[in-house]
Amino acid sequence: MTDEDPLAFDRREVTAIGIAAAVLPTLLPANEAAAAAPVGGGVVLQVNGVRHDLGSLDTRATLLDVLRERIGLFGAKKGCDHGQCGACTVHIDGRRVVSCLTLARQAEGRAVTTIEGLASAGGHLHPMQQAFLDHDALQCGYCTPGQIMSAIACIKEGHAHTVEDIREYMSGNLCRCGAYVGIVAAIEQVMAQESAT
Amino acid sequence: MNPFDYTVAHSVQDAINAIGSSARPPKVLAGGTTLVDLMRLNVEQPVAVLDITRIPDLNYIDTQEPDALVFGALARMSDVADNPVVRRDYPILSESLWRAASQQLRNMASVGGNLLQRTRCAYFRDPQYPCNKREPGSGCSALDGINRGHAVLGASDQCIAVYPGDLAIALVALDASIDVQSTAGRRTLKVADLHREPGRTPNLETALRPDELILRIRVPKSRLGKASTYLKIRDRESYAFAIASAAVALDMDGDVVRDARIAVGGLATRPWRAQVAEQSLVGKTLTEAAAAQAGRLALQGAVTRPQNAFRVELGANTVAEALNIARGRA
Repeated sequence: MTDEDPLAFDRREVTAIGIAAAVLPTLLPANEAAAAAPVGGGVVLQVNGVRHDLGSLDTRATLLDVLRERIGLFGAKKGCDHGQCGACTVHIDGRRVVSCLTLARQAEGRAVTTIEGLASAGGHLHPMQQAFLDHDALQCGYCTPGQIMSAIACIKEGHAHTVEDIREYMSGNLCRCGAYVGIVAAIEQVMAQESAT
Repeated sequence: MNPFDYTVAHSVQDAINAIGSSARPPKVLAGGTTLVDLMRLNVEQPVAVLDITRIPDLNYIDTQEPDALVFGALARMSDVADNPVVRRDYPILSESLWRAASQQLRNMASVGGNLLQRTRCAYFRDPQYPCNKREPGSGCSALDGINRGHAVLGASDQCIAVYPGDLAIALVALDASIDVQSTAGRRTLKVADLHREPGRTPNLETALRPDELILRIRVPKSRLGKASTYLKIRDRESYAFAIASAAVALDMDGDVVRDARIAVGGLATRPWRAQVAEQSLVGKTLTEAAAAQAGRLALQGAVTRPQNAFRVELGANTVAEALNIARGRA
């Protein structure tokens, strides 16, 4: 493995030692990391318009791991880590994908957008973020960044013209709190706003 | 996940050289929605991975050719599903795609890779269980395990895992083929000949050689496209694998069937074309009774286990209902 600390980013204080210990193996399995893990040198990612020189990177690192553990963007969440829950949804070149099944190297040279890249520089929320607040489209909030990234793409793709379409094309984002009614209402609101302008 | 070398192919030639020149060829990585998942589970443990997503000339949809729809192997499932010509003239294809997975996964997954999707058998996906597909000779945990979702058609005493894909079912119904290439040359094979039944070697899943790369899918254009559907029955309304599905395409002369295509999914170890059922309809009036009879014929030869026996009747009803939907589009 490299000399680099895989958790080089200065993690927030809320990330207690115990949690870090639980997260670390997902990035570098403790037993396997001891062996010489292949690394790719000079990996560069473009995230929310900002260039990130990551240096060498374990080939196993997913985009989700890198966003959270190296770049310090904690919006995209690790839910299932198998592409089944949608909590890690981000956009690559404007299309929604699950970042947990995307190897970080596959995102090189492409524009990655996360929930942190939505609000304007002045701090004004994206209309979809505002709509989620307006409709109480969340309870615990864990799935919300993925829901919002998916919802924006859903409209852009043209899959938000009916409630049935919205439900079908948002089915890759699970909400264990069951905030679906609010989520659909939020998407309808933004869809109506966009149709009016 | 085990460590692996990662390289990028920038052309088809690059890719076939890389997979053709090594005794232990790298695993081809496209969308990664199956491979990365299985690598994380330690079911797949490649020492090297070859990323083909940067090959520019494999990601296209060509609906202009006179006699075939052509999808480059790297065309994404979402793009083919939403293609206006596919939606209008081949609903069977569009539906088989948008009823699969989620939009995020369809944005990633290539149609070529989707054909090679591995089974969702829970015992295959968990290395702590014996599984003849994952580890030949170790046994089949599903035979007397939890097998509600396992195959009733094409199974053997070595493996009853279902082929989980949807697109391949529709492609088999439409007589589609794939072009594949290796350093030895190019060949074409029918999608119907791509997947193997498990027999005594459930670890061998396809007729592809390890050094072959799928270049494109060709779907013959025909009058069968419009009066067609892919009906997928699931435990929930969306984002689930089929417990039964039917790909049906009809060519009607009024109420009389001129030609019919029927394939079933979610029930068999490979995409399952039901030609006896098709023949039962040709030249006949498509009544409710004829559709029901075709459904029963499509499931002919089913071998069940206690937990999955209900899916024979479910499969027959799915075929019959799909025939009714397709007839409504004629």
